[in-house]
Amino acid sequence: MISFSNIIFYILAFLSVYMQVFFLVAFFEKKNKILVRKGSIELDEYHEVTVIVPCYNEATTIKGTINSLLNLDYPKDKLKLIIVDDGSKDDTWQIIKEFEKPARLDDSSHSGGYPNIKIFHKENGGKYTALNLGLKHTETPFVGCLDADSFVDAQALKRIMTYFYDKNIMAVAPSVIIYNPKNILQGAQKAEYDMAIYTKKMLAFLGGIHVAPGPFSIFRKKVFDDLGPYKHAHNTEDQEIALRMQEHHYSIEHCPDAYVYTIAPNSVKKLYRQRARWNYGFIRNVMDYRRLLFKKKFGTIAFFTLPSGIISVLSVIFLFGMVTYGLIGFIIKKILQINAIGLSHTITSQSFNFDLFFFDTETIFFISIILYISVITSLLLGRSILEGKFRFSFDMLFFMIIYSVIAPFWLLKAIFNVLISKESSWVLEREVRMVKKPNATTI
Amino acid sequence: MQQQFDWKRYLIVFLITLGLFLTAIYLSNYFGDKKINQLKSIQDKISIDILSSETQFSLLSELSCKNVSNSVLSGELEDLGRKLEWGEKNIGSGEEVSYLKKYYSLLEIKDYLLMKKISLRCGTKAAFILYFYTTAENCSECKKESLVLSTLREKYPELRVYSFDYSIDLSAVKAMINIYKIEDTKLPALVIDDNVLTGFHSVENLESKVKQSFKLQAIKPTVKESKTSN
Repeated sequence: MISFSNIIFYILAFLSVYMQVFFLVAFFEKKNKILVRKGSIELDEYHEVTVIVPCYNEATTIKGTINSLLNLDYPKDKLKLIIVDDGSKDDTWQIIKEFEKPARLDDSSHSGGYPNIKIFHKENGGKYTALNLGLKHTETPFVGCLDADSFVDAQALKRIMTYFYDKNIMAVAPSVIIYNPKNILQGAQKAEYDMAIYTKKMLAFLGGIHVAPGPFSIFRKKVFDDLGPYKHAHNTEDQEIALRMQEHHYSIEHCPDAYVYTIAPNSVKKLYRQRARWNYGFIRNVMDYRRLLFKKKFGTIAFFTLPSGIISVLSVIFLFGMVTYGLIGFIIKKILQINAIGLSHTITSQSFNFDLFFFDTETIFFISIILYISVITSLLLGRSILEGKFRFSFDMLFFMIIYSVIAPFWLLKAIFNVLISKESSWVLEREVRMVKKPNATTI
Repeated sequence: MQQQFDWKRYLIVFLITLGLFLTAIYLSNYFGDKKINQLKSIQDKISIDILSSETQFSLLSELSCKNVSNSVLSGELEDLGRKLEWGEKNIGSGEEVSYLKKYYSLLEIKDYLLMKKISLRCGTKAAFILYFYTTAENCSECKKESLVLSTLREKYPELRVYSFDYSIDLSAVKAMINIYKIEDTKLPALVIDDNVLTGFHSVENLESKVKQSFKLQAIKPTVKESKTSN
């Protein structure tokens, strides 16, 4: 009765449930330590922070991004901004110039209308080159980056900086939230990002964060001084830096109440491209850092985060295969039926006679229920951390439906690209107005 | 800060996950058992009904045919057949289901014999098809034939189809296979009015045979005939 595909299903399902239980156990253990503050707070000491904003063809959003930084509730003299135009082809540079006079690469900065803003224009070279240029001009003990399609909440920086009271904390990731979701697809992404607040916080408790997302992760400058600048890292430099830090036992925290709003891809095609790149980057980075896998000294990242990422990829592909197989079986059955009795004869009583007896009660059914319940729990917990209460919304339903249909395709694309070693280009993506940059918060 | 491998956490999570899985397996078995019990009780009911019909028939045979209930049995048998077929595929405990299937085959034979007797003596409108199929190997013709028979049964309520799994280990069925000389290489096989038909037969083909079997009674079926298929 039990076929080979069933065995694979049970193994993958077991591992998937294991992942969810792992998060839940961490949650019940640490829930009192999840710090969510309301309103403004005061710090004992305000360290100097530099925020680098790399941009490429971001004319529509860059102004809002910079303004949100200028509106941060943080002493103005302690906050420095470095805006790097990575050879944009649109009006990005003109818009940036309004904030400051341009500075040449080899020149020290000029002061313009806004204090503490340096702006740079360079040949296009990829996001990591823009970030590294910013790093070169960073003189403060703390440095962060903010993607030019994202906006920070005024309290975000203060809240993040409280985590650096602990001398061991080397970087802090914020909670990324989808800005003003307008369609079902963006709503689904909102549910996903909200869930990531929960999973990310749990990973932070256990020291297993594998991404320091592009929108507003703050680092001690020491990280880059010690470990070197950003790398190309298959266009997911925010994953690579996190893995590099993990390898060197540099702790990454997560600040659940530091909100950064990002604009979600608004079409399936854009989302598909973005996720294909994230997953491509994830797979390649895992391959690059495979030496971490299952090594005791690397803890959670080695035994949980990276393996569970791999399991997720395998599960989605396997489920997709199973569903496709089932669908083909169904079509063959229908063809057989038409072939046997023709279209004019219909079997009504058999197909529509509802009887509870025929309700599936196989083990697979109950395991699927457990899986769905665990995912909904994660979605609800993420939202409860964000909003302070459990609230079900249809976004969650859309998330489960939409992602289960299209995720296999971007995963297959990512795997395909890994197999043929094809890099996805940041320039190419900008040209199709991909509004998001690498900041994989979940995989 | 060095991360340590916290094996206790992994073990606890493993045990909880295992617990969830065992619960799922337990629930599945629980509902599977319930279904088997449901099948058993249906069979018991049918068994009593057949016995009762037989007794009724013997009692009333000298009097008239009026009181012989042209029972609802075949409908129930059909329902039971469907449930058994589904159960074979979807309920874990194969042995119990196959035991029930033997019982079911026996009930079918009893119903067939009784109904034939009633039909002969009382002249009630009826046609009988004995249908042999196999589950031992992949028989796509059998699947097609089953669909054809379901269609016909729906069109002609007076038609009784008795399905038998060729590979079933039951002497009564084996006796029938011997009587009609059914060969396992020529499945699906149908027996209608003591004629053996092998291979696939379309709706139209069988329909004419069923009508013959009805002895060309004047009442035509209400459903319009169709010649489009096949």
